Amino acid sequence: MAAEDEVHLRNRLGRLKALGLLRGARISGELSRLQKQLERISEASDEEIWQHVELARHDDRPYTLDYVERLFDDFIELHGDRSRAEDPAMITGLARFAGRTVAFMGHQKGRDVHERARRNFGMSYPEGYKKAMRVMDLAERHRFPIISLVDTPGAYPGVAAEQHGQGGAIARSQALMSRLTVPITACIIGEGGSGGAIATALADRVLMQENAMYTVISPEGCAAILWRDAGEKVKAAAALKPDASSCLRLGVIDAVVPEPPEGAHGNWKEAARLLGEALQSSLEDLEGVPGAELRRRRRAKFRQLGVFAASTESTGLSTAATPARK
Amino acid sequence: MAEHIDVSIEHRNLPEPATNSKPHPNTCPGCGSHYRADELAEHLWVCPQCNHHFPVGARDRIKQLADEGTFVEEAADLRSEDPLDFFDLRPYQERLAEAELRSGLGDAIVIGRATLERVECELSVMDFQFMGGSMGSVVGEKFARACESAAERQVPVVSVTSSGGARMQEGILSLMQLPKTVCAVEDLKDAGGALISVMAHPTTAGVIASFASLGDVVVAEPGALLAFTGPRVVQQTTREKLPDDFGLAESNMRFGHLDGIIGRRDLRPYLGRVLRLFSHNGHGR
Repeated sequence: MAAEDEVHLRNRLGRLKALGLLRGARISGELSRLQKQLERISEASDEEIWQHVELARHDDRPYTLDYVERLFDDFIELHGDRSRAEDPAMITGLARFAGRTVAFMGHQKGRDVHERARRNFGMSYPEGYKKAMRVMDLAERHRFPIISLVDTPGAYPGVAAEQHGQGGAIARSQALMSRLTVPITACIIGEGGSGGAIATALADRVLMQENAMYTVISPEGCAAILWRDAGEKVKAAAALKPDASSCLRLGVIDAVVPEPPEGAHGNWKEAARLLGEALQSSLEDLEGVPGAELRRRRRAKFRQLGVFAASTESTGLSTAATPARK
Repeated sequence: MAEHIDVSIEHRNLPEPATNSKPHPNTCPGCGSHYRADELAEHLWVCPQCNHHFPVGARDRIKQLADEGTFVEEAADLRSEDPLDFFDLRPYQERLAEAELRSGLGDAIVIGRATLERVECELSVMDFQFMGGSMGSVVGEKFARACESAAERQVPVVSVTSSGGARMQEGILSLMQLPKTVCAVEDLKDAGGALISVMAHPTTAGVIASFASLGDVVVAEPGALLAFTGPRVVQQTTREKLPDDFGLAESNMRFGHLDGIIGRRDLRPYLGRVLRLFSHNGHGR
């Protein structure tokens, strides 16, 4: 379908360009609009973006603990938020990684029905974020760098989760991350689902695996609200642009971590090796930076995210104020 | 002029008028009383019969809180771009233009300096009428600028939120407004500033999961929905039976997430007292 559209658009574009002597504003507007549409088609089709979503959620994709097993030595899992509960949807702990002690946190989905139920499909309660915050505090005190792996459809939308303060927990987890003076590296390894993901992703380096997704709302949820039909999820995904290259282009992530040619689900060992390399080089890059400077840069990085314009109302002209980083 | 007014009683047997039509915005959903707009404005958009708090636009809210003539708006010229060329059933650009026409606002937030009961502060007020008060790049930027302006002048920020969450049409960039506003609050606090957060109906999703929850003092209006996930989605995804007061300010108060529930008529004096407590010792570190 995309190919057919492309031919059609190219034809129209060709005809419009031939009208050179009529160079009116309206036509040049039309020209740039068509050019934009063409660029979008050659960027990635709706179906291609949807494939990213399916890969990011692939049942055989390695989960947090699969990477922990392959990348870390001496992993000691830490449990409980010290006030209310243990949330198995969030894994935290200490480990040896590339010759140093690191503090670790990551969402954990389940592999089979039983584990999925136990781990709540990787959707944390506030207790999960509070457990992560406890380990962040520990890392700050002992100067351990932090590694955070993100793989969650979102924070759990349940009655108890609300009563225990889901929104506040996500806000406070981010606030704590913005205060830390130890290096933080986060990587989106599957689904980076909205508030549940950003709660542990306010990092100095935000990495993202090639076939992962990072989005403000699930394509299904977006389709249900804006298209009033959850079945339009493919269109919604294409509009949201949750894929790694879009996130990189928008300046939301710092680097894309390659996956083996068959995808992470096809070769866990190689996927882990590539992820390990990326994490190690991030840790090494951040190591020499003084804590206060690290924190200042981290905040400045998130402070500048967003695209807007300052309009001059009288003329209707607009100038881009902070364009997204290239 | 109606030419003919039919007052006959035959209408009794006619089918009920369609009930799915939206009630008039000036009809109280609490008790069914109907008011003229000027009556409601005089009562600060609170139902004099049953104390239901109607939604208040940003401009009206500022009028209610700031000392007369002291509000000086900042960053009024910021407008959303359309970084994703977002198009659902209609282009995002068109939705923006329509929202601006209808609300008279550039985006879902108004910020500026003011005095409240003669105490200097920075006001940051959201407006639900503008695309459901959703937070995109402009809301994030303006809130961050409010924090910076307050830090520079060593005054507290009074933030009034009313939002359905992040603005989907800006995709992942709207999610990034969460860490952005969080970082702005932390910079403000490091500079010795305070954030007083007032959650009005509704304060949900991306806004409750970021700056709104980070107030040094956090209060809400009675009956406001304050939730990360709203009741409809919780019901649909979990099939749980929801408590009657699910997500309401009263429930949040009981579970320890609020410092108080302050009726709108008491809000200005309450904020005045809080601001004076924060300003008496001066601000510096």
